[in-house]
Amino acid sequence: MTLRLEERDEARLAGVEGPAQQMASRVVTRLAAAMGADELLDITGAHIDSCLYHGQAVLDFANRLADAGARVVVPTTLNVSSLDLLHPEHARGDPEEARLSRRLMERFEEMGCRPTWTCAPYQLEVRPGFGEQIAWAESNAIVFANSVLGARTNRYGDFADICCAVTGRAPAAGLHLDEHRRATVVIRMDGVSVDLLDRDVFYPVLGGLIGRLVGKAVPVVDGLEPGVSEDRLKALGAASASTGSVGMFHMVGSTPEAPTLEAALAGHRPVEEVTVTAADLRAARDRLSTTTDDDLRTVSLGTPHYSVAEIGRLVELLGDRRVHDGVAFFVSTGRDVLHEVELRGWADRLADAGVSMVTDTCTYFTPIIQDVTGTAMTDSAKWAYYAPGNLGLEVVFGSTEDCVESAIVGRVVRDEEIWADA
Amino acid sequence: MPEQGSTPLVLVAGTATGEVLRLDEPLSFWGGMETVGGRIIDQRHPQVGEIVAGRVLVMPFGRGSSSGSSVICEAVRAGTAPAAILMAERDDIIALGAIAADEVYGLLMPVVVLAQEELDGLETGAVVTVGVDGTVRASDGAPDPA
Repeated sequence: MTLRLEERDEARLAGVEGPAQQMASRVVTRLAAAMGADELLDITGAHIDSCLYHGQAVLDFANRLADAGARVVVPTTLNVSSLDLLHPEHARGDPEEARLSRRLMERFEEMGCRPTWTCAPYQLEVRPGFGEQIAWAESNAIVFANSVLGARTNRYGDFADICCAVTGRAPAAGLHLDEHRRATVVIRMDGVSVDLLDRDVFYPVLGGLIGRLVGKAVPVVDGLEPGVSEDRLKALGAASASTGSVGMFHMVGSTPEAPTLEAALAGHRPVEEVTVTAADLRAARDRLSTTTDDDLRTVSLGTPHYSVAEIGRLVELLGDRRVHDGVAFFVSTGRDVLHEVELRGWADRLADAGVSMVTDTCTYFTPIIQDVTGTAMTDSAKWAYYAPGNLGLEVVFGSTEDCVESAIVGRVVRDEEIWADA
Repeated sequence: MPEQGSTPLVLVAGTATGEVLRLDEPLSFWGGMETVGGRIIDQRHPQVGEIVAGRVLVMPFGRGSSSGSSVICEAVRAGTAPAAILMAERDDIIALGAIAADEVYGLLMPVVVLAQEELDGLETGAVVTVGVDGTVRASDGAPDPA
């Protein structure tokens, strides 16, 4: 397979449109060759993860582009950064690193990206429509865009995202194309209680299990009640993209390319069919925890960034109760969602209950949590998966209800009954 | 999946010599390795604590966060990246980290897709050389000092 380029791509590679287009085109073209694409396609939007500071290299790359005068040519949103600009009091990191992180953020704003600072761009007012070709980075956003919105993106990494945004072009490969979007693995449940299927916590656990089972294949979940909410699909996708490399999943009756099982399989026979039992789900849940120590110090929710509905649910669960004095309680969200939450009067209520809101970043890689001894608790499979490695803390995964009840009493309590066999 | 008859498939071309480190499970570079010492930090990975710096890393495929590209590029800059990465499947997140390191620093970390049988023949500890065409040969000399 050889990559065929259009004249406009060749011209950019030759430097006709200046050094920024030349560099960005070169990266997109090299990536296309590595992916085995035979052409490039036009995109209508991008979401950039390169704005998260991982050291000098990402800043050097952004400087190279921005200094050359790069500007994005499609509407482009920005992922979380390493700083909470709205809540600087959270900052516990190295001030020099904070300065470099801020500089990196500025460089992307200079290139014309919107300072959205969220890992859940699908919760913004304007989001990609069905069938739109886009270049998104951030694993949870990618799986959501493909699966829930029916937009089309590959699993773009840092550097590719901004180069696609600057050129408006992306490699025509992978999940951009029909043939790679059909499901090859069918996932069914057997002996899982109706009660568990109706709980939010079921979805991140199932997602974590699916990620381990399918790796990078496209799975289809069959046999659940249709109309599963976006928040549940989001939790499933984020988990599957953490424990595996899932870029797209189908759920029969709930995702747009799976009105039926046959549609999700696009008429092909599945390569594999897997039946998930209650015992499998318990094991998957247990793998998300690293400790049984119930000495709770931290609760962190909102990975991916909580939606308005998820924050509403938290407010409801808390009622008029207050978080225990020995527990720091964080909720990460986007600044647009926070604005809505403030308008609804929930932000004050949460502050009174002892909940700290975090925006623009996330607690599982930015040094915000003060006490990394004892146990941290989360309702996010992604947080549970990554935080121990990044922060050196021990984690217990639980439902949102478990997290709230534990935060109030100051030690880990979990409802075990829902995990029993049907 | 590598196309039949097309391996080695060179995703990013370069040459490297190093000791093989076979990973029993795929590694997400972001959250999975640190770039100061090049150590695996994913506590759920069976080889947590192993040093990937300077090794010819053999793994089935890449996994996890798209920030992996940045971690690879930063590790190449810092001199803590693997000498080369050999996989059974294409992985654009890993390729991209290597492409970026070449664009910004002119440093090449080869990334090559090989047939599974060929990967299976690479044992941890063996010293091998990866050629610019993606071929992997047993090396008679010591690893490159660089």
